[in-house]
Amino acid sequence: MFNAFLQIVRKELLGAFRQQSDILNPIWFFVIVVTLFPLGIGTDPALLARIAPGIIWVAALLAALLSFERLFKDDFIDGSLEQMMLAPQPLTWLVSAKVFAHWLLTGLPILLVSPLLAVFLSLQENTFWALFLTLLIGTPILSLLGSIGVALTIGLRKGGVLLSLIMLPLSIPILIFSTMAIDAATFGQSYIGLLALLGAMLVAAMTLAPFAIAASLRVSVS
Amino acid sequence: MWKWLHPYAKAEKSYTLSGKLMPWFLAVALPTFIVGMIWGLAFAPADYQQGDSFRIIYIHVPAAMMAMGAYSTMAIAAFIGLVWQIRLAEMTVAATAPIGAVYTFIALFTGAAWGKPMWGAWWVWDARLTSELILLFVYLGIIALYNAFSDKVLAGRAASILTLVGVINLPIIHFSVVWWNTLHQGATITKFDQPSMATDMLIPLLIMIVSFAAFLGFMVLYRFRNEILQRESHRPWVIALVQQSSSSVNKRG
Amino acid sequence: MFQCKNLTCVREERVLFNNLNFTLAPGEILQVEGPNGVGKTSLFRLLVGLSTPYSGEVHWQQQNIMLDRDSYYQNMLYLGHKSGVKPELTALENLHYFHHLFNPKVKFDAWEILTLVGLAGYENVPTAQLSAGQQRRVALARMWFSDCPLWILDEPFTAIDKNGVQVIEKLLIKHAEKGGMVILTTHQDLLLPPQLYKKLTLQKPAAGEQYV
Repeated sequence: MFNAFLQIVRKELLGAFRQQSDILNPIWFFVIVVTLFPLGIGTDPALLARIAPGIIWVAALLAALLSFERLFKDDFIDGSLEQMMLAPQPLTWLVSAKVFAHWLLTGLPILLVSPLLAVFLSLQENTFWALFLTLLIGTPILSLLGSIGVALTIGLRKGGVLLSLIMLPLSIPILIFSTMAIDAATFGQSYIGLLALLGAMLVAAMTLAPFAIAASLRVSVS
Repeated sequence: MWKWLHPYAKAEKSYTLSGKLMPWFLAVALPTFIVGMIWGLAFAPADYQQGDSFRIIYIHVPAAMMAMGAYSTMAIAAFIGLVWQIRLAEMTVAATAPIGAVYTFIALFTGAAWGKPMWGAWWVWDARLTSELILLFVYLGIIALYNAFSDKVLAGRAASILTLVGVINLPIIHFSVVWWNTLHQGATITKFDQPSMATDMLIPLLIMIVSFAAFLGFMVLYRFRNEILQRESHRPWVIALVQQSSSSVNKRG
Repeated sequence: MFQCKNLTCVREERVLFNNLNFTLAPGEILQVEGPNGVGKTSLFRLLVGLSTPYSGEVHWQQQNIMLDRDSYYQNMLYLGHKSGVKPELTALENLHYFHHLFNPKVKFDAWEILTLVGLAGYENVPTAQLSAGQQRRVALARMWFSDCPLWILDEPFTAIDKNGVQVIEKLLIKHAEKGGMVILTTHQDLLLPPQLYKKLTLQKPAAGEQYV
């Protein structure tokens, strides 16, 4: 069973490295969106540092949305999704592998470019670490929640906008807790409690979301 | 009990039963609405701080409660529909969602209107209003998802899954929003042991809540019946029903 | 044994077929035929458990497939309209993936199988660069190393040349002789001797039963 998990992750990574624009474009989009804010509201470092957490998290949300399309869509079109649903392994387990691979390809790169954005937005060092930790815990939750939305809308012709309508309201708690943690760090307060809350949400999402994803796929791919 | 309930998993039986129940709900909803409205607007004492503007509570609070009530109905129906594969339960989800959305909108609108004299602005990012707004987004998402599927059986199932995802998420959203901002006055009505509201203000509010709940029941049954008719429009019993009603219209005409 | 009990398929309130019954014993090949739009693909998706029947059940070894998917899927190979082959990956990588996900216990030589299906020399080319027929062959190659007794093949011969069709038909006969079962649709006539396979003709529902 673990082998099946690894095989799916391996296949996803291989496919992604052959089609690099799929991984790079959302990251690129993420950086551009963040760059637009200083251009739009001015370059006062104090102001930028104040609104940076919100900007980065909203941009991360939007970038994640862009990348969800490729999570199941290609597989749906070429038929490998239905084959995966017919594999003699629990579907919840296989979709977990898909989501994990998706996070490796979209969440992880966002983490990697976050130092660059910290420089752009004049973040202090401890604020940056709070940002980094919230992204580390928060982006997997985004991947899991988004996968539910993708799984529900995959069979629809115009699923893209619908996906954002479904998914964005559900991701509000992550946005709130993450930016609260970063704010706390800015004011030199402890934010470990908020991280623990995010961690609890991650654990809950990891246990429950695969069932919702699997059930949604059984509805959409029929 | 299962044996007794099972026939109602058939569309025609539920159609007849809900038709019989509907007038009862209306019989509760209408008088309570009139009594509650008049009592609340004309006879209940004015608030010593907010004056008469507090009276919007008689719409706002019942609407907000029933916005959640409608969601609970959907959640239970969605669970039953998915676990026991009962299509009628999934229809209930689809039938209830727009009503819940309208209640949520009323709660939001009256909340904003109440905010104007209270805070001096139409919109304040206060915790209750914000989570009400997010609840509206969730409702709209469910309705949009349901409408996007052309096969209504699949649509019902997809909407049910999304409803259940929302059930787990809504408390978290509410909790996060409350923590994020607590500007609103504390809960007024749930503290029954030591009510912060005067009894003669509270009674008309309770009457209004009963009225809104009964009206919710009435509307759900009404839309549920329509949903059944639409889905089963080719079934013989529906065709017979249509012919019967159109011939009675002809006789009257 | 594979059984289909009172299967009714409804799509968007329209009945495609109703009360379909058939049984398939080991060693049998069943060809499902019928004009376009009669619901062959919908039937196959019910048989493999991708969609839920409006009413009726599909049984594998006396067990409803919806209740025990894992053991059914260990015994069933489905090749659909969509091949399930990843275009970015090479033929070898695709086979490797299918092998590990579906039949991890079977030992086989991927190079040899690719030669058998006529893809020698294309093993390391991304399948997106292959022709339609060759891509189809990558998907069909799964039949050569599958240990599943039940094969459900929806239009397996699409884009395959005459020579290829013959090779596949021989494989089907061999599979049936070993006690396997095959359900397939095809628009071409099978070249098999008629005593080797059964036919099932799907029919549109009678005028009064077109809607649920």
